[in-house]
Amino acid sequence: MRGNPAAHEMIAPPTLSAVLELMASQPGQWTPIAGGTELMVAHAAGRLAAGRLVSLWGLSELRFIQSTPDTISIGAGTTFRDLRADRGIASSLPLVARASSWIGSIANQSRATIGGNLVNGSPAADSSPALLVYDAEVELISTRGSRRIPYAEFHTGYKLSVLEPDELLFAVHMPLRFQAHRQYLRKVGTRRAMAISKVALGATAMVVDGSITELRLAAASLAAFPTRLFGTEAALLGKRIAPRAIESAREALVAEARPIDDIRSTAEYRKRVGANLLEEFLLSLCSGETTE
Amino acid sequence: MSPLKATIRFIVNGERHTVAVEPIKRLLDVLREDLHLTGTKEGCGEGECGSCSVRMNGELVNSCLVPVLQAEGAEIQTVEGLASSGALHPLQQAFLACGGAQCGICTPGMLMAATQLLSLNPNPSQREIREGLAGNLCRCTGFTRIIESVIAAAAPPAGPARQASHAR
Amino acid sequence: MRTGEKTRIVGAAVPRKEGVDKLLGRARYVDDITRDGMIYGATVRSTIPRGLIRSVTYDRRIDWSEFTIVTAADIPGKNHIQMIFADQPCLADGVVNHSDEAIVLLAHPSKHKLREAVSGVKIEYEPLPGVFTIEQSERQQIIVWGADNLIKSFLLEKGDVDSAWSGAAHIIEGEYRTGAQEHLYIENNGMIAEWSQTHGITVWGSLQCPYYVHKSLLAVLDLPGEKVRVIQTETGGAFGGKEDYPSTLAAHAALLAIKSRQPVKMVYDRMEDMAATTKRHPSRIRHRTALDQHGRLLAMAIDIATDAGAYATLSSTVLSRATLHASGPYACPNVRIRSHAWATNTVPYGAFRGFGAPQAIFAVERHMDEIAAALSLDPVQLRRINFLHKGDTTATEQLMREPIILDHLLDRALSESGYYGRREQFARENRLSPVKRGMGIAAFYHGSGFTGSGERTLNSVAGLDVTREGKVRVLVASTEFGQGTNTILTQIAAETIGIDYDDVLMAPPDTSMVPNSGPTVASRTSMVVGRLIERAGAQLVARLRQDTELGETFTRQEFFSACERYRAAHGEVVSLCRYQAPPEVFWDDERYRGEAYPAFAWSIQIAQVAVDLVTYAAEVEQFWTVQEVGRVLNPVLAGGQIEGGVAQGIGYALYEKVILENGHMANNQMTNYIMPSAEDVPPIHVFFEEIPFSHGAFGAKGIGELPHDGPAPAILNAIRDATGVGFHAIPLLPEDLFALLAAPEPVAEAAAR
Repeated sequence: MRGNPAAHEMIAPPTLSAVLELMASQPGQWTPIAGGTELMVAHAAGRLAAGRLVSLWGLSELRFIQSTPDTISIGAGTTFRDLRADRGIASSLPLVARASSWIGSIANQSRATIGGNLVNGSPAADSSPALLVYDAEVELISTRGSRRIPYAEFHTGYKLSVLEPDELLFAVHMPLRFQAHRQYLRKVGTRRAMAISKVALGATAMVVDGSITELRLAAASLAAFPTRLFGTEAALLGKRIAPRAIESAREALVAEARPIDDIRSTAEYRKRVGANLLEEFLLSLCSGETTE
Repeated sequence: MSPLKATIRFIVNGERHTVAVEPIKRLLDVLREDLHLTGTKEGCGEGECGSCSVRMNGELVNSCLVPVLQAEGAEIQTVEGLASSGALHPLQQAFLACGGAQCGICTPGMLMAATQLLSLNPNPSQREIREGLAGNLCRCTGFTRIIESVIAAAAPPAGPARQASHAR
Repeated sequence: MRTGEKTRIVGAAVPRKEGVDKLLGRARYVDDITRDGMIYGATVRSTIPRGLIRSVTYDRRIDWSEFTIVTAADIPGKNHIQMIFADQPCLADGVVNHSDEAIVLLAHPSKHKLREAVSGVKIEYEPLPGVFTIEQSERQQIIVWGADNLIKSFLLEKGDVDSAWSGAAHIIEGEYRTGAQEHLYIENNGMIAEWSQTHGITVWGSLQCPYYVHKSLLAVLDLPGEKVRVIQTETGGAFGGKEDYPSTLAAHAALLAIKSRQPVKMVYDRMEDMAATTKRHPSRIRHRTALDQHGRLLAMAIDIATDAGAYATLSSTVLSRATLHASGPYACPNVRIRSHAWATNTVPYGAFRGFGAPQAIFAVERHMDEIAAALSLDPVQLRRINFLHKGDTTATEQLMREPIILDHLLDRALSESGYYGRREQFARENRLSPVKRGMGIAAFYHGSGFTGSGERTLNSVAGLDVTREGKVRVLVASTEFGQGTNTILTQIAAETIGIDYDDVLMAPPDTSMVPNSGPTVASRTSMVVGRLIERAGAQLVARLRQDTELGETFTRQEFFSACERYRAAHGEVVSLCRYQAPPEVFWDDERYRGEAYPAFAWSIQIAQVAVDLVTYAAEVEQFWTVQEVGRVLNPVLAGGQIEGGVAQGIGYALYEKVILENGHMANNQMTNYIMPSAEDVPPIHVFFEEIPFSHGAFGAKGIGELPHDGPAPAILNAIRDATGVGFHAIPLLPEDLFALLAAPEPVAEAAAR
């Protein structure tokens, strides 16, 4: 344990507006902490720079799953356990339920929040590929009001986002228009459980008479942040799913991907496996199966 | 600099406690140092090994990652709260009979994870047990007898035949 | 000798002796313990792998008067921790030879101030060029140890290898590599030391060998034996990782305790433990094998090289065991084994379950499958026709006097696993499936106890006493760290005497209270120490019969009454025995010939592995392990040992990689050093056979290390079966499988850049 508890303040305002007031009055001074599954690891390693932390844990205004006929909205303080347990998510947004089961262990799922996962901004974030292929929007909130942007525009660089110093991530909204889409999500980690992602691929697609009429592809760990694979989508849109199309889609993914070598894996492996996952998905479209 | 200490009130194994500590102090350290409940262990400090697992408000958590401020008002169960008035909890009995504990350092966390699992899923399959315990690393057992212990504890009382099978 | 007799307690699944405390969370590991006035210690470590220490400066913003500071200059005795050679300093003195080497020790009442202070000690170095691989060390262009970097070498010769090549129908060569492996006991290393004028130094800690620590402290602190007391605390896993390292940590805590005049606790966090303490020796092993046209072994020439790290520690004995296991469980008339342990500027490697045998057995068992492939032979058959039998001699010309049932173990393993049926099924299914499955085998032995004359040198003493409260106590320095020492030794005592399991306790593992029964290593506790307890029990009963009229048969109560009569006459009730070597054990250390081990345990292991060609990940789906171990003293504990060893072997093969950058372990966190979780370890099916060994307790041989020897080659043999590709190095990660299994990506990739 290399952190010093005496070097950090932490307070827990009772309401969301109290938190936002604090962040507005002292922008950039208070680091929000939700379940702590990232920040407390940094603290134990002696790497927690934030001297002042404001706890979001227990704010019921942030922990919700709300459904309308057209949308599901998930509060940023919702834990992955909450997501796994929710029937609406399981039936309407199955890739979100699956991604939630990937987070760490049972103990980590009961503390890690979707907001923390997104704001931490790791390129390997477990929930991101699913959100991207479900056209998620993120809602950011401050004392100045709230704004919604496509999640695909949230990350701007490695662990960088459009969040202003006085803003919090409030909610993630997803339209319920993918029920009839073919869906795919697979993560490749260092072991079956408690594994940081080496690469992950998510996909939603509409196939009509053997041709792809709609396609969203998203990956973790193929760029500096989780990202849609627009180039690869373009290579496939409107095409019939046949060996040549699959081959050129693989090439497009490999060309578009910008993974790195790091302590967990290599760029070459990530590109190749990313392409393999894509091929696995495309083959499943042919055979009419839903895949792992 | 010396930030404020926070006064935290919570219930541990049915007993009320009040502590005045730094708000970011790890729940793990508060349990071990302030409450002298040393049954919960530190194996990694990163939320990877699960030996610090406790149950908080009915959920399994890694106490090395919980700042004690966030445990305000919580009901917490540690390994010390499993046995009741001198009698081993069925899980503890099963671990003893089936060899679920070797060096014992992962055991408190493992028992918490198993208790949590059985509270939600009274008759889990082997696969479900492996998933439920995947966040608790054991370097001694290879997990085989831990899983057998959980199955034995989950079995209905008429299980003498099953007990015998563990003696291989 | 009691083998073959029916037993009530030995052989029964009695509950773990200290099990209840562990399950209640009452067992006290070192970090659970506090002493009055206790302060904390920390270590300032080298950040370079080799160089001279030019200066040590203390940051002026820190009030150092609050701290106790210890350097090499404070060492009253010898500045070394000696396992075999006296080359490893307790604290670096003017020079460092590996990253994370201990230089300065600090103590303070506040753990947090201590942490900051460690960063406040600035060391300036004059770096020197280092060596980081076996090959670099072998080249001997940069000398980092002794005169030539060579810590130890062996030459073992049987028959005439050179004459065998010309007559051979087949000559097969192969090179095999194994990586370092971290013990990853869930409890990190820790010690508490306390000094008093009257009693001297007392240390409590997580350790395997109280008397090793005792011996080291005598040397470092220059104290007489009765002024040093070592007490083992409940230990959360060890696997060899707490055989020698605790001596260093105990010395550090003791030096701080003496200088500060307060008890000092030093407990490593995970990052420090992984980076700074010992790991398994990496190896490179080359085989050149001559066979006749039927696949019978004519000659084996084997070259073993290990990476010892910066100091010798136990490298010579690890090399010895690797040498003695290198030719496998096979009869071969001509054998030459050359082995070398090379120094590098990395954290010294040390003992780890198997102790050189996993490395050696990986190589020979992989090589057997390569031979089978080259000769188009069934790998099962190739092994069967070469197995050792009773009456054969090993590579050291040890005559196998005991029955060897490898054929039967193999038959049983094949049958239990449905080996041939599965292989057939997979051969069919693999054609269309992106997941390729295969089956792989490993056959091996593990020598029980210390090599050759090692046990004679240890000259262990162990025994029993009886307390006034009517309990028999086992007096040993053999420690419990999960493997079941407490349980089996009390079972043996209870059985031998004829009382109940609950009548027997373990005396505290405290050097002021128990004799030196030798280290808890080398799979010797059941066989050697257990036998001493058995003899001590028989001796006690004999004395009671002689002196107190205890009858031929007696009840528990009669036994304890007799003990009280004995106590009245003699003052105490104690029965100690000293090691006696089995009569036929003769070992020539010079020529490396003779009885290498008094006994061998034998095993066949079979792995079913699935290789996913989408992710290039290999997973073990099922594992079978059949072993002949003499006598199973406690089936639950024995089964647990086998399962745990197999799981570690699976980690060794497929998951656990030590990544070094400039000699420092870069992935020193559990999130980046991957051991298999409950979802990764497959069902493990364990089957025991027993041929009682007459010189082991109730016929027992050793089992602790055996199960870790086979999984790696069995798994890689299964991968060969599944994919047709042979891999020769472990750990074998998906990125490594990818390198050989994946076809090149189309040319368009290059054009797109």
